[in-house]
Amino acid sequence: MSYTIEGSTGPWEVVIGLEVHAQVTSMAKLFSGAATEFGAEPNSQVSFIDAGFPGMLPVINRECVAQAVRTGLGLNAQVNLWSRFDRKNYFYADLPQGYQISQYQYPVIGTGQIEIQLGDGSTKTIGITRLHLEQDAGKSLHDQHPSKSYIDLNRSGVALMEIVSEPDMRSPEEAGAYLTKLRQILRYLGTCDGNMEQGSLRADVNVSVRKAGEGFRTRCEVKNVNSIRFVMQAVEAEARRQVELWEAGEEVVQETRLFDTTRGVTRSMRSKEDAHDYRYFPDPDLPPLVLEQSWVDSLKAALPELPDARRARYVGDFGLTPYDAHVLTLEKETAAFYEAVAKGRDPKMAANWITGDFFAGLNRVGASIGSSPVSAEDLGALLDLISDNTLSGKLAKEVLEAMFETGKAPGLIVEERGLKQVTDTGAIEAVIDQVMAANAGKVEEYRSGKDKLFGFFVGQTMKAMQGKGNPALVNELLKKKLG
Amino acid sequence: MTHPTELTIAGARRALAAREISAAELTQAHLDAIAALNPRLNAYITVTPELAAAQAAEADAALARGEAGPLAGIPLAIKDLFCTAGTRTTAGSRILGDFVPPYESTVTGNLLRDGAVFLGKANLDEFAMGSSNTSSAFGAAENPWKRQGDDTALVPGGSSGGSAAAVAARLALGATATDTGGSIRQPAAFCGVSGIKPTYGRCSRFGIVAYASSLDQAGPVARTVEDCAILLGSMAGFDPRDSTSADVAVPDFAAAVARGVKGLRIGIPREYRVEGLSPEIDALWRQGMDWLRAEGATLVDISLPHTKYALPTYYIVAPAEASTNLARYDGVRFGLRENGEDLKDLYERTRAAGFGDEVKRRILIGTYVLSAGYYDAYYVKAQQVRALIKRDFDQAWAQVDAILTPATPTAAFGRDENQDDPVAMYLNDVFTITANLAGIPGMSVPAGLDGKGLPLGLQVLGRPFDEETVFAVGGAIERAAGFHALPALRAAA
Amino acid sequence: MSLDTATVRRVASLARLRVEEADLPRLEAELNGILGWIEQLQAVDTQGVEPMAGGGAQALRMREDRVTDGGIQEQVLANAPDRAGAFFAVPKVVE
Repeated sequence: MSYTIEGSTGPWEVVIGLEVHAQVTSMAKLFSGAATEFGAEPNSQVSFIDAGFPGMLPVINRECVAQAVRTGLGLNAQVNLWSRFDRKNYFYADLPQGYQISQYQYPVIGTGQIEIQLGDGSTKTIGITRLHLEQDAGKSLHDQHPSKSYIDLNRSGVALMEIVSEPDMRSPEEAGAYLTKLRQILRYLGTCDGNMEQGSLRADVNVSVRKAGEGFRTRCEVKNVNSIRFVMQAVEAEARRQVELWEAGEEVVQETRLFDTTRGVTRSMRSKEDAHDYRYFPDPDLPPLVLEQSWVDSLKAALPELPDARRARYVGDFGLTPYDAHVLTLEKETAAFYEAVAKGRDPKMAANWITGDFFAGLNRVGASIGSSPVSAEDLGALLDLISDNTLSGKLAKEVLEAMFETGKAPGLIVEERGLKQVTDTGAIEAVIDQVMAANAGKVEEYRSGKDKLFGFFVGQTMKAMQGKGNPALVNELLKKKLG
Repeated sequence: MTHPTELTIAGARRALAAREISAAELTQAHLDAIAALNPRLNAYITVTPELAAAQAAEADAALARGEAGPLAGIPLAIKDLFCTAGTRTTAGSRILGDFVPPYESTVTGNLLRDGAVFLGKANLDEFAMGSSNTSSAFGAAENPWKRQGDDTALVPGGSSGGSAAAVAARLALGATATDTGGSIRQPAAFCGVSGIKPTYGRCSRFGIVAYASSLDQAGPVARTVEDCAILLGSMAGFDPRDSTSADVAVPDFAAAVARGVKGLRIGIPREYRVEGLSPEIDALWRQGMDWLRAEGATLVDISLPHTKYALPTYYIVAPAEASTNLARYDGVRFGLRENGEDLKDLYERTRAAGFGDEVKRRILIGTYVLSAGYYDAYYVKAQQVRALIKRDFDQAWAQVDAILTPATPTAAFGRDENQDDPVAMYLNDVFTITANLAGIPGMSVPAGLDGKGLPLGLQVLGRPFDEETVFAVGGAIERAAGFHALPALRAAA
Repeated sequence: MSLDTATVRRVASLARLRVEEADLPRLEAELNGILGWIEQLQAVDTQGVEPMAGGGAQALRMREDRVTDGGIQEQVLANAPDRAGAFFAVPKVVE
């Protein structure tokens, strides 16, 4: 069932395209040697170039270009060996040069496509229009003084990739899935940390609505949405607003809007006094960006495995369910953790433990894969203890809990707590003898046909062994002794 | 002995090396000359006597140690478009206020590395936009030359008017300058000194206040061709901080000056015989041809068919680039601020108060030609014509090794002349502007006087990165012309 | 193409140059004089000519990804007409 919005005149289809700004992972800025680290003292990571001082000139950072090319390759996109930087001219307090260096006419990356995964298990291909490199602006703080805005230029000049999609998405879910997938690819590639809280990834959402079979109607751009959830909410809110306008016989005006996250509505940005006229033209400080095919090839050869390929491998080689494969490949770190645990072990068992008790444990202690108190090595060791019958599944769960609490290795916990499973038949038989002696009446009842009492003997035996008896052996020996 | 301010750079180097004069004495002689004449000529916006004295003392110490750089103790004027660490840099504009750069331009840094002494910052047209040095916010500079029997104040040319006037009046042995459409060569010609705009990319633009980035190029002004070659050798060189800086070796320019022109093919472009060319300039041009022919060069009649479109092309490209290069002067991080009701009002008041009329005109023209709907008709068209102008030269180099033209269509004019019509003023650059558009080197060499006793220059154009041939031809003209006339206003006169 | 007063006003606003109403006619005349003269370019046949954007090199040189700059907060702020601690300050901007 495709997504529509029910209006008074019938169903409306929603058309969505995203422009995503992704901060390039690099040590230094796009055109200056200042650092890019988040959260530094105001104006401490600013060169005279970033501050637009007289006579300062831009020199491009090779790694930023490489990151854009890697991303383009990850998006199955055309890498343009000849591209160019243009100036986008406008005045703003946090734009020191009075222009942003961007790529307007000739972007470094052309058309591509990615496949998104939807909740019902289906997939959809979303077209990528282009990716280009540009400078970020500084930051204006409006809440520090009653009549002044404060300017921090630390972000000024940091490299951004603007990734523009085709208007191929038709529901909030698809928009969310697209951004999720894009973020996943960027993080796999290591080209953007994908941190939406810190603004490393932000989306401008283009939304329009139409009746089935129509061409595109006027779209509005909802600017700077900073979470996947908000993107989905903004799409819905903006689409509903447009439906109401059209159905009231009014026009949707092409404009830039903001998503008010507390009220869940979009509102028009204070209209600018001037119509925008960015006066793009080639930046005369920067000759064209010309790439060698051999360099692009070497970047391609060194690309890490991407989520789609990895997911397919988990299903095909490891026999995982598509769902488990999806969950384990969502984050690069999770996949790496999984592979470390699964290496040399039963991959399905590893998947079950990770998606089950391990994720639950992370949740309980509020940790992520990166900060997990349980290392992949220790979790693997735990699985080994299950495989060699040292631990029962039940005991292993207890041990894992203890591992989350103490960070200790499973072997140590087993030793300290004496949790080692008893597989010595003589020892088990001795306990069974005691249990049978203490419950002679129940033995008689059992032997006279009350089979249900078998569970009672198992329970008593395990209790006497503090749960450490190997369940299979206990069963087997009880059956033999009880006759 | 020759008065210290009368020395050439080459001569001063010899005198300093022979300890016939100290750097301190040489510098002091120039500071005295500045104190005496600068109030009249206004060639310097800022004089830095303490800094100069300290640099001279350092040079003397280096000379004494035998570790002196090639320019140790040579006193220079620095066009006030070059950022100089710790010394106010104005670009001839009010908008920079009391801006003191915390950094040094690459070119001035190179000169300091080689031991030069900086006397101060030379006057210029505001943001290097002009051909008369009358648009400076710090007042016009005056040409030290006078028409015979006439005390009318003449312009030194522009935009590097202060540099050329200072060198001509013996207020410096040489000067840095910049040339976007003729701003080295035209003032050099007006003031009877030599100046070269090297190939685009030869000198780093890092730390030079930008006017039109694709055209701006630094170069020297000095009293001899050899001195220009010495200075350029120090100023030039690859700079990784400028993406348009050329990674090519710097040859020994000075060695090329005496090379001679025997066997060289010299192009004479017929399109430079423009309508209204003064008979005196035309005669000087022919004289120049005769000199070179006499020295063994072959003259070749060539055509540069798009020459007449160079000026209008320039007046699209340069203002377009300037309009965005000057957007950073907004009263937020440095320079002048005029407060306003809101940010936009602050910008508009600051920029209205900070920029002069000519700068505003060019910003407006540049903004207009880049704006939506006009970009293709103006800017792209101009870029295409620029490509054709460059192609004209590319084709000419198949036939010739250098090109000889007049430097300017007239001699220096009076301060109040040519001021009413911006287009008439722009025509001053008719012979020089093509070199900037094509990115090729061009040099102006004083070659004679007009009927009123004012200097006139000839221009030599060369292949990209072949400044050596330009110096060779310039040197030949200099020797043949034997130009020894002196300006009316000069030190020790 | 020639500019009218409204266009001069719009262009001045785009360029953030305050122009007094009284100065508009003079500016309009000057700018039209220059643009009229520039108009002669339209006579040049530029069919198929690749526009020449820059002055020099045909390809960008790329620098290595190293932190070599910044950490000069005081120098960056030293020339500011108005600063508030470690920030530049401007009249409040309402978004």
